[in-house]
Amino acid sequence: MTRVTDELAPIPPAKLSIRGVSKSFRSARREVAALEAVDLEVDVGEIVCLVGPSGCGKSTLLALVAGLETPDTGQILVDGSPVTKPGRDRMVMFQDAALFPWRDAIGNILFGLELKPGLPRWARLEVAQYYLQLVGLSSFAHAAIHELSGGMRQRIALARALAPNPTVLLMDEPFASLDAMTRERLYGDLQEIWQKRRKTVLFVTHNVREACCLGDRVIVMSPHPGKMRESFAVRLPRPRDINSAEIAGFAREITAALRLHE
Amino acid sequence: MRRFVTFSLFVAIVLALWEAVGAAGAWPEILLPRPSRVLSYLGGAISDGSLLEATLVTGKRLFAGYALGFAFGLPLGLLTAHATLARDTIGLVALGLQTLPSVCWVPLALLWFGQTETAMLFVVIMGTIWSILLAAESGVRNLPPIYTRAARTMGSRRLHLVMHVVIPAAFPAVVAGLKQGWAFAWRSLMAAEIFVTILTGFGLGHLLHYGRELHAMDQVLGVIAVIVAMGLLTEQLVFAPLEHWLKRRWGLAN
Repeated sequence: MTRVTDELAPIPPAKLSIRGVSKSFRSARREVAALEAVDLEVDVGEIVCLVGPSGCGKSTLLALVAGLETPDTGQILVDGSPVTKPGRDRMVMFQDAALFPWRDAIGNILFGLELKPGLPRWARLEVAQYYLQLVGLSSFAHAAIHELSGGMRQRIALARALAPNPTVLLMDEPFASLDAMTRERLYGDLQEIWQKRRKTVLFVTHNVREACCLGDRVIVMSPHPGKMRESFAVRLPRPRDINSAEIAGFAREITAALRLHE
Repeated sequence: MRRFVTFSLFVAIVLALWEAVGAAGAWPEILLPRPSRVLSYLGGAISDGSLLEATLVTGKRLFAGYALGFAFGLPLGLLTAHATLARDTIGLVALGLQTLPSVCWVPLALLWFGQTETAMLFVVIMGTIWSILLAAESGVRNLPPIYTRAARTMGSRRLHLVMHVVIPAAFPAVVAGLKQGWAFAWRSLMAAEIFVTILTGFGLGHLLHYGRELHAMDQVLGVIAVIVAMGLLTEQLVFAPLEHWLKRRWGLAN
């Protein structure tokens, strides 16, 4: 029992530093600069949202922090140690959930736990069940992925990302393919879950209101090459309502900035 | 269920007509014996054990060859999917040889291995391996990259990634390859058994062959019925449940 408690104990979020990071991709004919000299400090437990049009390199930046790609120049540090490869301290939520159809819902959550050394089977199951409950899908443990709605899939994906107890959570447009109703419910749930499992979050979106609703800070990026242009601090108490006037005010300001840097 | 009743009725009527017209002497019995004659052959062959033995001999060859074809085909398919060099060499060979009817391997197998079990095994392996290889390759090639990316963020790599992500993700394609490989293996083994006498065991193909030599058409028809039954049984007991499971888990309509 003690081991499971250890496993579920909240761990302090990490400090994330991105220093002078550039990345370009070689296509058939030319070289595309996806990111140029990006600097960003994300404070312990801070939620930073990156907004910008497609091609501004926001998803590339996430892949770099995840360790799925390596930067051409610069460095990414998590609590002072450089990122060289993927690690369970930085978990990712993808746009289309990326759940494995050959596993059921709880099987997907267990995937990352199975790779954690020293965790016996019963402990893994208990941890997975805790996160299933956290996202409100306890009764869907053995559902096949194709039986779940889009919103449910993203909940399972969130549980899967939280289960290995990372210090950084990377979210790559996780709600982009959901309908507005589902999305708005998830904003509330997500804020509630963040209260319980505090993480340093880098959240990529092209939805400005979403960014204002979720982020402590919203960073505007521009494409060709991908660069960070402006940073907005959203100092509003949580939980926030996406339809509130304050959010609309911030969104207007940030949308204007986006147009300016287009 | 309704389909089953309709079909049974259809078969019963055809057999009854055949029996009646045959009994009336409409054609020489030696060319086309009546169903009752075929049944009595089957009864005799079952009670003296020869049919069961032949079925076992054939089944053993098929199973061994099929298992070996799978054991080589799957890893080779994974290899051709991942390494350009393997794809441009083994992959192209597979593509070519898959078009070759595997019974064409019989003359070669006889020269190399003589009239032995190894020759039979070789023919069955050649029938299976290429379909499974190509199916595994295309399954892996069409794998959504997001699966491997997601798995890597959770700490999966190398062998774990292959065993827990790449192979399961390619599974639907592999099942399709297994089914095709089975069909090829089954057909090529029958052809090989009819052509070649292997003294270590008489399979169903041999029974067919000797039925012809002895002008025992009741035997020929009886063995054909057994071969059809084996094919249907495999389909119903192995592939149908496998595909049903795939459909339930993946939500695939095939």
